[in-house]
Amino acid sequence: MSDLIKKVTALLNDKTINAFIGYEKGSADRIRAIFARTEDQAQKLVLNAFCTQNLAGYLMKHEVKKLGKLGILANVAALRSIMQLASEFQIKDGEVYVLFANADGSLTEFTDFKSIETFLQTTDTGIKSEEQEMIAKLESMTVNERWLFWNKEFEKCIKCYACRAACPMCYCHRCTTDVNQPQWIPVASHELGNLDYHLMRAMHLAGRCVNCGECATACPMDIPLNLLTYQLINPIKATFGATAGMKADAMYALSTYKPDDKENFII
Amino acid sequence: MEKQLKILKYSDLSKLIEKFRSQGFPVLAPVRKGKVVEIEQVQSLDEIALDVLLSTQSAKKAAFPKVEKVLEYTLEKSGTKQFPVDPADYKETILFGVRPCDASGFKSLDAIFGEEPKDQFYLEKKGKSTIISFSCPVADEYCFCTSVGGGPGNTAGSDLQFTGISKDEILVEILTEKGEKLAATFSDLLTDAGKDIDKSKFLADVKVVFDVDGVVEKTTASFNNTALWLEQSLRCIGCGACAFVCPTCACFDFQDEQNTKKGVRLRLWDSCGFSLFTLHTSGHNPREVQSQRWRQRIMHKFAYMPEQLHVVGCEGCGRCSRACPVDMNIKEHLTAIAQI
Repeated sequence: MSDLIKKVTALLNDKTINAFIGYEKGSADRIRAIFARTEDQAQKLVLNAFCTQNLAGYLMKHEVKKLGKLGILANVAALRSIMQLASEFQIKDGEVYVLFANADGSLTEFTDFKSIETFLQTTDTGIKSEEQEMIAKLESMTVNERWLFWNKEFEKCIKCYACRAACPMCYCHRCTTDVNQPQWIPVASHELGNLDYHLMRAMHLAGRCVNCGECATACPMDIPLNLLTYQLINPIKATFGATAGMKADAMYALSTYKPDDKENFII
Repeated sequence: MEKQLKILKYSDLSKLIEKFRSQGFPVLAPVRKGKVVEIEQVQSLDEIALDVLLSTQSAKKAAFPKVEKVLEYTLEKSGTKQFPVDPADYKETILFGVRPCDASGFKSLDAIFGEEPKDQFYLEKKGKSTIISFSCPVADEYCFCTSVGGGPGNTAGSDLQFTGISKDEILVEILTEKGEKLAATFSDLLTDAGKDIDKSKFLADVKVVFDVDGVVEKTTASFNNTALWLEQSLRCIGCGACAFVCPTCACFDFQDEQNTKKGVRLRLWDSCGFSLFTLHTSGHNPREVQSQRWRQRIMHKFAYMPEQLHVVGCEGCGRCSRACPVDMNIKEHLTAIAQI
């Protein structure tokens, strides 16, 4: 029996948690989320290199919350999501029991936000090198080339909203796209509707995106949506000195005023 | 009509596409776009991806596109003037290289859109589409067409079906009058086929995993089995990927886009997986949680459609499972329902 299964079984048995969000074997070679509430379900937990999904989004799902006190197997992106959700008053300290799997397979437990913050300070939270290359490529384009690149990508969009549903930070009960009086974003999946939707979503994630890449992974039409929000990470950092998902009590850069904020972007 | 069998050479496929094009027919076929395969208008054979298992989206968009203009109007002092789109203006189109599950998916759509009041936008487009399906030489673990009454060589819904029988030859089955009419335009490329060709030898082996009548019966009886629907859908994140790639999902929404002078009325795809789908103006939502929406998705296909339209609303193509970001596997869930 793996350490993870032993640990989760113990947590369930002593009622520390009622449900544990982890990974199980899925269809074909896929891995998927499991919500273990019993010893039998805990037996299905797996831990391997394919366990990459950021499970933190499930902490915001109504029916998952209803399962009781939750435990979660968090990767770095999930830890950062939890920090960001905490700073947005969506999760309280101690509300979720967090396990992190180290590279050697050993488990680290986090019972409070402070310990997650400390851990993240010495952890690589950056975006992957291949994604950095793509961003560098986008940034080296002229405005017109970049416009054409994104328009071509958005042509594929079918507005299934898988990106929004998969994003741990898209937890609004009523998304701007769902508001129709007034209608801010055209509902149709046509050129303007797709563009408006993705730009709006990127703007709402500016300074909040924890670069987990779930939006791009979720997209059935293979649109590299993560690049859109990743591109906003550096400007926010350079302008406000803020990085999302590193602290549980961070003030959101774009809705916080400080007297010494740079104002050179205001024309 | 009685089915006719002909032989077409692979080397003549490109001539075939040219013939269609020269007659002015738009040809829609699977086209590779990076990791996805779209069904799009093509100009020549080299654009067509005939070797793919399935296109990412189904072929339904040929008759039921994601965005469809149904009306234009102007707002004038004297009142509103309407300029409806005339379905009679739609062009005769050829759907080429789609799979049998795509072709048979139109049977469900025909049943849905053919109900009173009939949907002229869909019916006209569908009526003007000639479907040339390619039977499946391979399948993957997500395919379960044989469990829902289809199969890798199912001809239902196809006007013509092509099956590769050697590296040079294609067996052409002429299945409908529409198919016969189209085949007449390329009869010079066809030769008679012997009656003894066993097509099944060239088809993928797709195992039957459940009894569809049993699934229909058990789904119908499981409306109140909240534990079942919750257990199956805990990982569902409520996006519309499954519905939008599905060959039989037909839910739609209307939206007007207008300025102070004029506007258009658009018909758009919608999905029962979205929480907004059933949200009332009062704020009440009869399908408040995702498990109720998942139940709706399954019951619509396996209880309501069989009961009201006498068709099962699933072709077993497995697209929803492949597209699902969180691995909601419909074949697995239906197998579980069959075992209740």
